Amino acid sequence: MSIDENTAARVAKLARIKVEADRLPALAAEFNTILGFIEQLGEVDVDGVEPMTSVTPQRLKRRVDEVTDGSQQDRVLANAPDAREGFFAVPKVVE
Amino acid sequence: MGELNKLGLAEARDALRAGDVTSVELTEACLTEIEGADALNAFVHNTPEIARAQAKSADERIKAGDAPAMCGLPIGIKDLFCTKGVPSQAGSRILEGFLPEYESTVSQNLFDAGAVMLGKLNMDEFAMGSSNETSVYGNAINPWRRGNDDAALTPGGSSGGSASAVAADLCLAATGTDTGGSIRQPAAFTGITGIKPTYGRCSRWGVVAFASSLDQAGPMTKSVRDAAIMLEAMCSHDPKDSTSADLPVPNFEAMLTGDIKGKKIGIPKEYRMDGMPEEIETLWASGTEMLRDAGAEIVDISLPHTKYALPAYYVIAPAEASSNLARYDGVRYGHRATLDQGDGITEMYEKTRAEGFGAEVQRRVMIGTYVLSAGFYDAYYNRARKVRTLIKKDFEDVFAQGIDAILTPATPSAAFGLGEASDDPVQMYLNDVFTVTVNMAGLPGIAVPAGTDNNGLPLGLQLIGRPWEEGDLLNTAYALEARAGFVAKPQKWW
Repeated sequence: MSIDENTAARVAKLARIKVEADRLPALAAEFNTILGFIEQLGEVDVDGVEPMTSVTPQRLKRRVDEVTDGSQQDRVLANAPDAREGFFAVPKVVE
Repeated sequence: MGELNKLGLAEARDALRAGDVTSVELTEACLTEIEGADALNAFVHNTPEIARAQAKSADERIKAGDAPAMCGLPIGIKDLFCTKGVPSQAGSRILEGFLPEYESTVSQNLFDAGAVMLGKLNMDEFAMGSSNETSVYGNAINPWRRGNDDAALTPGGSSGGSASAVAADLCLAATGTDTGGSIRQPAAFTGITGIKPTYGRCSRWGVVAFASSLDQAGPMTKSVRDAAIMLEAMCSHDPKDSTSADLPVPNFEAMLTGDIKGKKIGIPKEYRMDGMPEEIETLWASGTEMLRDAGAEIVDISLPHTKYALPAYYVIAPAEASSNLARYDGVRYGHRATLDQGDGITEMYEKTRAEGFGAEVQRRVMIGTYVLSAGFYDAYYNRARKVRTLIKKDFEDVFAQGIDAILTPATPSAAFGLGEASDDPVQMYLNDVFTVTVNMAGLPGIAVPAGTDNNGLPLGLQLIGRPWEEGDLLNTAYALEARAGFVAKPQKWW
């Protein structure tokens, strides 16, 4: 499977990374190199094989459904690029 | 006591307890050494105030007869670990200015055990790289050189700063993390010891996530004994990491007897790669003889899916990375791009991530996005997860045959020159060909320095153990270390 510039642009959009148009040919070429390497997986017979979900056989632990944390608004906001009146601030989302 | 920064953990611990030296003296020796080692670019955020305060309180604990395992021992911490109030950038521009409000479980465990933090260590951005060339801080440099050639060599990656700092005696030991070989490959490139424990041994809480099903922390040290001491201090069951193992942590150091008589060591034929340098072949053969000499039984084994581990990794790791790194959006922490008039939230995300992520991180996030996208999920991601099941089964089969550990080379070459491998991403990925299988199967693996190449550069061997049997693995490594007798150190040029 070969990735063209349109596909590269679509992937960049999905990944929310701005890529200038003049960078797209090189990006598509890099993707094709990596995907060419990955294509080898097509040689493996995976019929009837379960996809791995957990590398160690373990059941995820459960805990009582209760509040164990909270009231840390200042600490949560401490690293925000823009925080106002106790909230994260972002550019306008809805017109 | 000679140059205190050159001590290992065990020697320094014994000297501290005997009252021959203080933690303040050890710490000052390391801080002085770090100040003179800017050329290595290993330490990227120095924390001398924290180090001096921790050293002082460690000396008080030792005097009071209350000295836990790491008490007073100065170490470096990889930049991937969140350390409270101290820059923790994962080698990325996107976390510039980020000061964690919390402490990672592993670094907290080390501090509880009395360790002294000298500073944060250079690494590939988000641990994505095998040469420390993707770091926002610039390249970390290997203290080793090819004979009299002054060309700068890579210390490996992603834990390149950790490897360089330990090999150059800037600290007694360091933390690393390993997603596809990021502890073992740099350890091999710098002539030190590095162990990646079984997936789940060390808590991932507070460690910046790359690929959550593969990431594990571990120690990078000057000896196998030091690795045993520090690994035990790092491990714990942690309710804050749902994949953290609720198993007792053994006294690993007490398991170092050096007796491996009757142990079965597997030699996997698939690790004999085409075009492998003869030096690596020779090293592997001599390591095999050393273990035989120690009384182990050598068994030829087969791990048939080895070849597919690296391509499967380059589906699974980017897929998980694309999901994990979605959190860097310029809203809650780190970098936010300056916006133009009329830019909305989508432009903010796209510009922030384009400015904040370097080329390799962008590449992997986009590959991950592609293999998870509608129409390709089954062909790539699910197929890779099935192959991963088969890779793990290969190991389960040989362990069921009674194999105790597997001996392989740690890397396909010695350290290479900076810039020599950065043109082709796939060529760079091949560095992890011997180590990545271990992450895919969740197993413990250790790199031990075992010889040098024609240029005098260190070469390492890897031992792979059964899940949760790090103690037994460390003991086999201890027997190998004793016979390899690797004592070479880099000539100081920095």
